[in-house]
Amino acid sequence: MTEKILLKGNQALCEAAIKAGLNFYGGYPITPQNEVPEYLSSKLPKAGGIFIQAESELAAINMVFGASAAGARAMTSSSSPGISLKQEGISYIAAAELPCVIANMVRGGPGLGNIAGSQSDYFQATRGGGHGDYRLIVLAPSSVQEIYDLTMKAFDLADYWRNPIMILGDGYIGQMVEPVELKPYTQPENLPAKDWALTGCKGREPNVVKTLFLYPQDSLTKRNIELEKKYKKIREELSLYEEYETQDAEIIVIAYGISARVCKGAVKKARTEGIKAGLIRPITLWPFPKKVISQAAEKAERFLVVEMSMGQMVEDVKLAINCKKPVKHYGFGGGWIPDVEDIVEKIKELKK
Amino acid sequence: MKFTRPKSRKEASTHYCPGCGHGIVHNLVGEVIDELGIREKTVGTAPVGCAVLLYDYFNCDVIECAHGRIPAVATGIKRVNPELAVFCYTGDGDMLAIGTAEIIHAANRGENITVIFVNNAIYGMTGGQMAPTTLLNQKSTTTPLGRGNNEEGSPIRSCELLATLDKPYYIERVMATSPQSIAKAKSALKKAFQNQLDDRGFSLVEILSPCPTNWGIAPKEALKFVEEDMTKTFPIGVFKDKGVRV
Repeated sequence: MTEKILLKGNQALCEAAIKAGLNFYGGYPITPQNEVPEYLSSKLPKAGGIFIQAESELAAINMVFGASAAGARAMTSSSSPGISLKQEGISYIAAAELPCVIANMVRGGPGLGNIAGSQSDYFQATRGGGHGDYRLIVLAPSSVQEIYDLTMKAFDLADYWRNPIMILGDGYIGQMVEPVELKPYTQPENLPAKDWALTGCKGREPNVVKTLFLYPQDSLTKRNIELEKKYKKIREELSLYEEYETQDAEIIVIAYGISARVCKGAVKKARTEGIKAGLIRPITLWPFPKKVISQAAEKAERFLVVEMSMGQMVEDVKLAINCKKPVKHYGFGGGWIPDVEDIVEKIKELKK
Repeated sequence: MKFTRPKSRKEASTHYCPGCGHGIVHNLVGEVIDELGIREKTVGTAPVGCAVLLYDYFNCDVIECAHGRIPAVATGIKRVNPELAVFCYTGDGDMLAIGTAEIIHAANRGENITVIFVNNAIYGMTGGQMAPTTLLNQKSTTTPLGRGNNEEGSPIRSCELLATLDKPYYIERVMATSPQSIAKAKSALKKAFQNQLDDRGFSLVEILSPCPTNWGIAPKEALKFVEEDMTKTFPIGVFKDKGVRV
């Protein structure tokens, strides 16, 4: 077993990124993700990468756009209002099919909201957020170890699919300290060559990175169809989730990230009280693990969606269940975490 | 004397209007890239504005950027691959309105890039609205009374503004209206590229340029407008050159 050390979630993100060969990071301070630029400002240059504190989120995401276009492994990080500002650049990066990693340590919103962890960015992560038809692959870790593991995976997925990847954490998970096994990074063999990168046109025709397609029928429509083909393939091939005690469950709780951890505790507790509860924790939020939820709806009686928002993921759950079974939502804004008792209570209410 | 198309320019006729300055500036940039022998290591960053289709005209790697963000994109490219020669091709709306923060901070970090700033005092592509460099009393589709008569503020001078920063290496304003001024513009552009190759840091050349279509005047009058009117607000000259030893 490799070394295990105590790290904050935000630091684990940096360690994994450096090990995965991060070449470029551009970011702008915002709470609760400041450990990311702080940690990388000292560690990344020593590892041979470039760190820039940008003048704004707009500049940071566009630096990532440039670095990625030049063939680098590039990353930025922020929190909710900052991600809103990056959405313009994210749309361009997705449209240009460039790989990059964007970490969002979500805080309470809307507006300036507050600085406590929250899950109210599900929509802006999974629904595009910026303009036009595009998709982000969205990964939702629920522990510091999982931040580490998924960050490494994010770089590979980005290069494999030529698509931006969002790591959707939250303020709690970013700030939380847990033991992390610093697993070594091994690059998969199936990553395509970056022959599209802007490296100077020596010995080849010039490469162009562009997202403007002026002629509606023969160019932009075609472009959108090409992109949609890729998204369809991702939907078919990528689905990550955790199932817990779902085998004989009558009530299934669905939650992701930090709230899923509380829900797991609640499921355990409910079981000690004789209630057959289970948990499905989506890890990829896009593509949403629709199949496992739809299959669970064949057996389980009721579903409870718990999220630290007023109701965002619940829409995807309802689409997956497609009215086969009742779906109840327990959500709250403002940036606080429910406790096990709250959720056990909600499970019991469903049982009545 | 034999004139040929620079190798760095593609064989394509441009979409620019008659009398527009972009074609001249494109050729000058192409000639400079050829003369320095750097075409195969050059990456251009295209703005949003009339020059958005830069990749149709330049025979080198090009990235098309969001409005105003090219100094940030160029920063990302150059930092991860310092061997490349990276140029920003930008206009007045792109650089001095929506991209003000990006240009100031790229200059302030002393990014080792070459910025070519074409100032024609108007938004060309969107049809003649006020630019940050529109002259006082100049009419545009959004300053029907002439700029300054409805709280629009005054023209922003990029060279003077950026020259107050410590880090930029070379900042010069030229125009491209006559054989003499075009020759001067070319040598300024060449210097701005050479500085980058010598690892000197941030260089910017502002080129005053005509837009007869959106100014609503004939091309010949437009050249006169640049020389006689624009230069009053935007004086020609070198605003910073750390390469000159006094």
